[in-house]
Amino acid sequence: MSTLVDYDDAVTRYDTVIGIEVHVELGTVTKMFDGAPAGFGEEPNTSVTPVSLGLPGSLPVVNGKAVEYAIRIGLALNCSIAETCRFARKNYFYPDVPKNFQTSQYDEPIAYEGWVDVELDDGSIFRVEIERAHMEEDAGKNTHIGGSDGRIHGAEYSLVDYNRAGIPLVEIVTKPITGAGARAPEVARAYVQTLRDLFRALEVSEARMERGNVRADVNVSIRPTPNSPLGTRTETKNVNSFRSVERAVRYEVSRQAGVLDDGIAIIQETRHWHEDTGTTASGRVKSDAEDYRYFPEPDLVPIAPDRAWVEEIRAGLPELPAARRRRLQGEWGYADAEMRDVVNAGAVELIETTIAAGASPAAARKWWMGELARTAKQQEIELAELPVTPTQVGQLQKLVDDGRINDKLARQVLEGVLAGEGDPETVLVARGLEVVSDDGPLLEAIDAALAAQPDIAEKIRSGNLGPVGAIIGAVMKATRGQADAGRVRELLLERIGS
Amino acid sequence: MSDLTRISAAALAEKLTAKEVSSVEATQAHLDRIADVDGAIHAFLQVSGDAALATAADVDARRAAGESLHALAGVPIAVKDVVVTKGLETTAGSRILEGWIPPYDATLVERIKAAGLPILGKTNMDEFAMGSSTEHSAYGNTHNPWDLDRIPGGSGGGSAAAVAAYEAPLAIGTDTGGSIRQPAAVTGTVGVKPTYGGVSRYGLIALASSLDQAGPVTRTVLDSALLHELIGGHDPRDSTSIDEPLPALVAAAQQGAKADLTGVRVGVIRELQGEGYQPGVLARFEESLELLRGAGAQIVEVSCPHFTYALAAYYLILPAEASSNLAKFDGMRFGLRVVPEDNPTAERVMSATRGQGFGDEVKRRIILGTYALSAGYYDAYYGSAQKVRTLIQRDFTAAFEAADVLVSPTAPTTAFKLGEKLDDPLAMYLNDVATIPANLAGVPGLSLPSGLSDDGLPVGFQVLAPAKADDRLYRVGAALEALLENEWGGPLLLKAPELEVAR
Repeated sequence: MSTLVDYDDAVTRYDTVIGIEVHVELGTVTKMFDGAPAGFGEEPNTSVTPVSLGLPGSLPVVNGKAVEYAIRIGLALNCSIAETCRFARKNYFYPDVPKNFQTSQYDEPIAYEGWVDVELDDGSIFRVEIERAHMEEDAGKNTHIGGSDGRIHGAEYSLVDYNRAGIPLVEIVTKPITGAGARAPEVARAYVQTLRDLFRALEVSEARMERGNVRADVNVSIRPTPNSPLGTRTETKNVNSFRSVERAVRYEVSRQAGVLDDGIAIIQETRHWHEDTGTTASGRVKSDAEDYRYFPEPDLVPIAPDRAWVEEIRAGLPELPAARRRRLQGEWGYADAEMRDVVNAGAVELIETTIAAGASPAAARKWWMGELARTAKQQEIELAELPVTPTQVGQLQKLVDDGRINDKLARQVLEGVLAGEGDPETVLVARGLEVVSDDGPLLEAIDAALAAQPDIAEKIRSGNLGPVGAIIGAVMKATRGQADAGRVRELLLERIGS
Repeated sequence: MSDLTRISAAALAEKLTAKEVSSVEATQAHLDRIADVDGAIHAFLQVSGDAALATAADVDARRAAGESLHALAGVPIAVKDVVVTKGLETTAGSRILEGWIPPYDATLVERIKAAGLPILGKTNMDEFAMGSSTEHSAYGNTHNPWDLDRIPGGSGGGSAAAVAAYEAPLAIGTDTGGSIRQPAAVTGTVGVKPTYGGVSRYGLIALASSLDQAGPVTRTVLDSALLHELIGGHDPRDSTSIDEPLPALVAAAQQGAKADLTGVRVGVIRELQGEGYQPGVLARFEESLELLRGAGAQIVEVSCPHFTYALAAYYLILPAEASSNLAKFDGMRFGLRVVPEDNPTAERVMSATRGQGFGDEVKRRIILGTYALSAGYYDAYYGSAQKVRTLIQRDFTAAFEAADVLVSPTAPTTAFKLGEKLDDPLAMYLNDVATIPANLAGVPGLSLPSGLSDDGLPVGFQVLAPAKADDRLYRVGAALEALLENEWGGPLLLKAPELEVAR
């Protein structure tokens, strides 16, 4: 077993080439080849029909919406859309594949030869060439019972849930990505992130990594110099977060450098990613790989997307994330770093809606990247999963802008909204948090404060405005924070006649 | 012996419509006949008497209430066991599906049920429709009603024998390389393989998806037309289903029965006669040609040179598709599950289940197909076979420019003895030499009885038409049937020996 080479050292002696296969589950109502619902989180084996269970006699029918979504993805990736293409059968025995073959596109993908520009952390653009995007169906899900860690090894028995079997997938395959050098891990992560954003913008998938809507297989090889022939690659399967994609590439570069340094050849193999240790482990060796005996799926007819329809889909593509981000950044006046944080936090849409609801761009960013980001982090959920809508945040800010509450009260109102007490206005009324705008009670409180602290009152009257804060503080306390501190100051100064 | 079992489906339907008889009476008569003779014939794997009688009673009640019913409502029918029937065991003749009760109906079964035809039961067949004699059934042989020591043809020997033995007036068959037409030929019945895509495949347990087609098995050409119109037509659940209305099949059969074929060009396929064909088979074929000529048809000879390679191409395409279609039978979700005592992993359960559940012929074809699709062999085998298929399609296209229909003997010989070819797969495969080209090209074919060979056994006459011109089969078929029955003085089946009645 060779030792790992420090990454920074490895990249001084080796050039990295990566290739990435991304699977995205399409958000269609029904499955790829049958009418079973393509939902998430149902009771096991309830979202099934004879087709998705592969019962004898059942036949597939292509989901037209899935084809449309695949074309959308292809067009957004600047691909050519096939005039005609077919499905094939990929034959292999495994219990989560109900027919013991997967219906997939093989040598005739729906979209091919494209590219996508990926923005790196420093704002530079890296172009990734796309080989193909093709349609296929997902497999069911195995659960192994009785072993350690839910792994099959040592398990007493396994359960299969076919709800996921037949969910439409699009697999996007890059050409070998060269020229990234030491930044290959970052390019890999940014590429998967770019695709995730693209899927969401195209409205073809919720693209939630944590649910496995987007899964990446990462191919890595290294070679002595950028001019050397390509090295032997490994394929690390099912890397399911952006961070893991980056780590998996880094790890493989370090590992492969160690192997090559020892004069040992890299084995072409499938490797498994272990999130806990941040390492990859050998899976099956490719030379023993099964022969999938692909042949054209005889139960389906070729798909020949009408050219006019393709153009219609092209014309209907939304503004894509990169262009949209550039436009919004300009409109909102955010600095590059601020915008990147917003994007990374998945807050672009949230801030946009908040602004639409009346908040200023600065205020919207302050709420989402401040108070709300902290809350989400504490609860370990996404911003979008917080029980507050961007519209409510906009309403909250409007209450501040109208002077009805101050920042401190606003945080209390937000607390109420997050606790499910209703809209900001409702919370404000129910909790009685409105700023005291009637001068009468304020004057009474000022008089009381002055009377309670005669020394300070005397100092102020003599022209020393230094200690006014103590009086204002006392008034705020007396009004339980519901006073407008600015107004209290004005009234105080009037009162002492200065 | 009840008359109700001897008459055609069309005649029975008329009696039902006229309320001369009830569907319960007609269904009971057929159930009685099954009880009487099926011990000797073994056409049925399952008899669903109670369900059939319930359907019959329902139809009778609806008819009494004045409801408008399908022309065949109340006429009983038998269904080949390769077609899934909700709540009724469906095995495809295989141990691996023993006891499997499907949770859904095939589209054609839905249509049969919607039209109110009582389903008498499921008929025997070669396992997964692989065979030409029904001897590959895991549940025992079916016997030819003409001679109980002989095969009823296959794979749909059960459906053909049931109809020939008056156990059912109508039956459903499936035809991947001749499994409707060859059994029809050797049992003296009528069988039709519709145009590929003409009848939904949804719910047929697939043998070879690009070749399979369900169709009618009956005693008359008109009955086949009636049943074909019932089960045929577009089905959105089958992507290969033709999205067009069927041609007028019953009308074509009725027109044909007038036996006037003036102007119809009948092409005799040069490659489907001569060597390998029994002299009696060829003699009956020639006599039928003369009758057609007499009815005004123009007889022309056509050549389909690539038919010579049809059998070879077929035995690559079929096993290739079958090896994949049959992969789902693995003991994981339904049917037989064999758990080895030692280390029962999923892989070992699959292997043990398939090892015990499949018969030898099925294993033979799975192995052939797996090999033909393997990396490095695909182009030489599956790829080449697909090219041959294209050439055969071109042969048909050219032939149909010279002729409106093509004709040949349905099978090279009459029914052979049980066991005679069981150990010689190649000899068995040769039975389908005349029927296979239609499946490879997707064109429709019909077989009807054209007399008895020198051995006293029935001979079949095959009519082929261009894709989507199934009506031509019925016109020419009905004409020849009328001409022959005129010669014979009635249906050929009248010459079959009476079966001993068990009761």
